[in-house]
Amino acid sequence: MKKLLNINNLKDHVFDGMSIMVGGFMVVGTPEFIVDELVNIGVKDLTLICNDAGLPGKGIAKLITNGQVKTLIASHIGLNPEAGQLMSAGKMECILIPQGTLAERIRAGGAGLGGILTPTGIGTIVEEGKQIINTNGKDFILELPLRADLAILEGTTVDEYGNVVYTKTTRNFNPVMATATDLVIVGAREIIKRIDPDNVMTPHIFVDYVIKEEL
Amino acid sequence: MDKLQTRNFIAARVAKEFKDNDVVNLGIGLPTLVANFLPDDITINLQSENGLIGLGPKPNEVNFDRDITNAGGQPVTLLEGGMYFDSTLSFSIIRGGHVDVTVLGSLQVDETGSLANWIIPGKMVPGMGGAMDLVTGAKKVIIAMTHTNKGRPKILKACTLPLTAKNQVNMIVTEMGVMAIKEDGIHLIEYNPEYTIEEIKNATEANLIVNEPIKMKVEV
Repeated sequence: MKKLLNINNLKDHVFDGMSIMVGGFMVVGTPEFIVDELVNIGVKDLTLICNDAGLPGKGIAKLITNGQVKTLIASHIGLNPEAGQLMSAGKMECILIPQGTLAERIRAGGAGLGGILTPTGIGTIVEEGKQIINTNGKDFILELPLRADLAILEGTTVDEYGNVVYTKTTRNFNPVMATATDLVIVGAREIIKRIDPDNVMTPHIFVDYVIKEEL
Repeated sequence: MDKLQTRNFIAARVAKEFKDNDVVNLGIGLPTLVANFLPDDITINLQSENGLIGLGPKPNEVNFDRDITNAGGQPVTLLEGGMYFDSTLSFSIIRGGHVDVTVLGSLQVDETGSLANWIIPGKMVPGMGGAMDLVTGAKKVIIAMTHTNKGRPKILKACTLPLTAKNQVNMIVTEMGVMAIKEDGIHLIEYNPEYTIEEIKNATEANLIVNEPIKMKVEV
């Protein structure tokens, strides 16, 4: 299989100061074994883009605890109290974005769009410093596209070409993030010969490397 | 009523607002309890913003699946006919007006239907999660909360905390009554006969428009 990467070679693809999108929602759909390897490698000054801050001791919370995260871009950090403490103490920058806006900004980043217009956040501090555009008599916030250097995603089933299926609620941000980064690495729970083409959720053209999770 | 009875009372009243085939999103906390009081004679499609419709009860040891969770990250089950989707479709459903009713808790609500429930500056910064999208996109926004915060009014003339959204709330359900927010202000449409109208007014900073409210009927 052409795209297979050994977890020990992940270090060749990461660098200090890089931006990483991490799939998952409260760690469901996060490739925890790849996050753990980022902790081992010790790559630092990271900008992480993830729905949330993980859960204490799980998922990207480990990178936060280890002091590797300079900026976190997320929609909700309430279930990881450490993230809020670091933010309040000025030790980690935290940019909070409405969840639907986060998803659409990433989609815009991957889809070649110049931004998206959303009504979410109108009349709140979310609109501060942003351009308001009125279409058909209604105000919208112009939200700009979001991209990153690397995406690490959890694929439940990956085939030998690199096509991906995500099971149940592990799907969440994974498919959209696959479109919006320069490099895409999928952690695979299982690798099979061929996924039924009708069922592919992320086409293999988006996937650069697949790392098999040791279960 | 003790704390749990109060929460169940509010949740049971909210559950009466749904119609057959409604798509409903329940927030974390008190709103989650609404699922325990859904009427048996209608079908409700519970949506969870992490990517599913057909939210079922908590799993037992037999049907537990770590890959099925709700928006709070808690294990749940999927009902017959339910399905999963990704975050962009989930928020197309939410923002696009395909959710009939969203039920959320709140720290403050005001006379104009604005609400504040995502940040207390300097104290608590959990983030807005999907709340801003939900209240902006859902056809009907119901706030389910206790009437006061230990005696301090939460239903105000104007919110003082940073807003979650402006002019989006349609209804407030508390242990004291049911209030509809209209162009001219907050109408008390039902009241809990355990309280007098005067007591309810005193617990509310906003001006309450009281025009022959009926008694709240809730069986918990």
